[in-house]
Amino acid sequence: MRIFRRGLTISAGAAVIAIAMSGCAPAGDDAATPPTDAAIESDGELTLYAGRDEALIAPLIERFTEDTGIEVIARYGTSPELNALLLEEGESTPAQVFLSQDAGALGSLANADLVSKIPAELAEQIPAGFTSEDDGWIGVTGRARVIAYDGDKVAEADVPDSVLDLTDPEWSGRVGFPPGNASFQSFVTALRVLEGEDTAEQWVEGISGNDPELTEKNGATLDLVNNGQLDVALINHYYWYEDAAEIGAENMRAQLKFLPGDAGGMVNVTGAAILAPAEGDPDALAFIEYLVSEDAQQYFVENTYEYPLLPGIDAPEGMPALDSLVNAKLDLSDLESLEQTQELLAEYGLL
Amino acid sequence: MSQRVDERVAELAVFPGTDEPDTEPNSKRPPRVLLLLAVLACAIASIPLVYLLVRVGSSGLDEIVAVLGRPRIPRLLLNTVTLAVSVTAASVLLGVPTAFLLARTRIPSRGLFTVLAALPLAIPSYLAAYGWLSAAPAMQGFWASLLVLTLVSTPYVTLPVMAALRAGTTGLDDVARTLGRSAWRAFWLGTWPQIRPATLAGGLLVCLYVLSEFGAVALFRYPVLTTAIQQAYGSSFNRNYAAILATVLVLLAMLVVLAEQTARGRARRRFGAVTGIARHRIAGLGRWTAPAIALLAVVPAFAVGLPVAVLFARLFEAETLRALDPAELGQAILNTLLLSIGGAVIAVLLALPIGALAARYRGRLVRAIESLGYLALGLPGIVVGLSLVFFSLSVLPALYQTGFVLAFAYGVLFMPKAIGAIRSATAQVPTSLEDVARTLGYGRMQTWWLVTARLARPGIFAGALLVAVTAMKELPATLLLRPTGTDTLAIELWSRTDVSAYGAAAPYAAALILVAAVPAFLLSGAGRGLGRGGAS
Repeated sequence: MRIFRRGLTISAGAAVIAIAMSGCAPAGDDAATPPTDAAIESDGELTLYAGRDEALIAPLIERFTEDTGIEVIARYGTSPELNALLLEEGESTPAQVFLSQDAGALGSLANADLVSKIPAELAEQIPAGFTSEDDGWIGVTGRARVIAYDGDKVAEADVPDSVLDLTDPEWSGRVGFPPGNASFQSFVTALRVLEGEDTAEQWVEGISGNDPELTEKNGATLDLVNNGQLDVALINHYYWYEDAAEIGAENMRAQLKFLPGDAGGMVNVTGAAILAPAEGDPDALAFIEYLVSEDAQQYFVENTYEYPLLPGIDAPEGMPALDSLVNAKLDLSDLESLEQTQELLAEYGLL
Repeated sequence: MSQRVDERVAELAVFPGTDEPDTEPNSKRPPRVLLLLAVLACAIASIPLVYLLVRVGSSGLDEIVAVLGRPRIPRLLLNTVTLAVSVTAASVLLGVPTAFLLARTRIPSRGLFTVLAALPLAIPSYLAAYGWLSAAPAMQGFWASLLVLTLVSTPYVTLPVMAALRAGTTGLDDVARTLGRSAWRAFWLGTWPQIRPATLAGGLLVCLYVLSEFGAVALFRYPVLTTAIQQAYGSSFNRNYAAILATVLVLLAMLVVLAEQTARGRARRRFGAVTGIARHRIAGLGRWTAPAIALLAVVPAFAVGLPVAVLFARLFEAETLRALDPAELGQAILNTLLLSIGGAVIAVLLALPIGALAARYRGRLVRAIESLGYLALGLPGIVVGLSLVFFSLSVLPALYQTGFVLAFAYGVLFMPKAIGAIRSATAQVPTSLEDVARTLGYGRMQTWWLVTARLARPGIFAGALLVAVTAMKELPATLLLRPTGTDTLAIELWSRTDVSAYGAAAPYAAALILVAAVPAFLLSGAGRGLGRGGAS
């Protein structure tokens, strides 16, 4: 018992030290100082919330720091989580820039007045339709909606050219998608805008009654197709390329079909926003500028196979031109419309 | 002098066992200071609930009705309840025989199997689910979730029941046999009442765990309330919707806690001094040895062995195996250890007044305080995380995104696990000792510190270990609250499996299992030490 007692005292002491040390663990910036009216000085430091994979963004950040000398403290997470975090933090957020994987998140921040406007000379660089309407955020790369189909079981000619055909009985039980995913919801919004509310409602009703496979994420849906458990998946194009890089393109059972001209082939964008407390911060502006520079755009092309939005950079090989997948009449961050989409999906039991 | 049976029965080692004290239930009112401390601890533990109420309150009644009226809600509710009930039942059906084999039979290599029985505590559910998915990609839905969650949560039943059996007696069984009852009936009459409270308490933990669980059910695509809540935070940008769903979950948790309390209440029976000596028989197994070993090996093999094997197989198969950075791994291990130890200390501090109160005093208020403490366990981590973001930014903004808030979150989240251990350890201390100390002139607090706490220390320590091992695996609250740039092993593992970099995930998974195996090992062995050491 004596040994036990000593052990307990030692561990109690260790615990106290642990608390003290964890209390001193590296903290984010102190509670953000309120924006002053005078121009904010550059402090050589940038706090970034990155809703994208660390392995992807970290090298990009390193290049940025080499170029500009600005240190970046990056917090990684998924875009939805970081968005929820930013909404909860509100004006006290320690972050200065939010790099998001979808436009809806950026739109929700803009709606809550938590972003500051991107200066016109930066915002102009990205063509309209792929960036925000009111300069609340800026588009960085594009991701096309595609159909991924099981190459062993389904011939390419049999895959429909339009998503609207997927409500036919012949596709019953063979189609899968993640209804909670932001890209899917953007696609349904695009369907409502481009084809009209009635057609969209008919499609949602049809697809939900066609015994769809409902998943949580695009990557998992693609895995199902690759394992032969699903015939058709509605995902974003770049997941296929990521998988192919991991296991080799010739080993990919799933194959891609792009849908030019169809709502099902629309392009979502990833984007970045400067948060309200960092208005005018030169470090934040420098980072945004870097994201839409040739260097970074080329980096995204090579590492994620996403579409570059800066005109003049070539898209990855083998993919249809961005122009053919254009998003006319579609505001990607129109949140009111997004809520209506979610209600529509909920009405038919998908959400 | 040999002990009375009822006293021995009450000497339960480390886990939520019988809360039956060896004294009369105290009808006196608890001392004001203790009550105040317990209420304070309860209030702190209710921070997530307050947050939920605020969010729900800010949505109108129309919105609440609209959300609850969605066609998917009944299905989600049904799925959640079905899964919780089935996993609890399966864990009990698996855990009680396992505990019996370990405590009451002559099984070879008992020590090894005891440790193996506790080992699934070290595996996060999403890791086990991921391992099973890799081995059998067709697994999905209800049965897959039932399988994996049962495997991972059986130790919550096995360990307390094992402690109860070790401290119990077979004397009552023998009496029943002499009166003509069959062996099974004798077990039911004699041993079962002794282990029933431990089983109930273990079952409560399992049920609340399944209610709040997200990782495994998401991987298996089984729609339950937590997946809907996660989806809501992720896509609807309307946090009120998510809060309303989370409130439904809290109500379910409340029902479960109340049910357990009612069931426990009826088990309040004292085992009179039927036989003078408290002793239990160790049965030989004979030709049942091989099947028994098979049964004992099943849970650890499938809960731990399979995921580990699969991850390492992937390690050699992946083409993009990123170079492992030992510094990063070391830092992650250090962070995990510091944060979980900090969380364990905070959890124990919060649980001490509540456990001490519940052990010695009865009454509605005490029961209410104890129940409130348990509710946070039924909440998904993302809710607790966001509630603490909200709370720390409003109250202590300077501490936001420091390690302290994260350790605090662990404490709040897992405090209920410590309550049970502390309650039973405190109940085990005879009040006669406390009375003696008081007659010698010690004040109430001094008595508590010098006598009760010292004797209950092994139980308190075990409660801390249980919190630590759970905190090491925690994910959603950690994602939200961690200091920017600080990663734990669970975070590193998750971020790699999230983008299918399975090869790179393997070292982190191995490190997590090894680190968490240490407290699991201590938990399985701690009971044995006390049984012999007694109250010295």
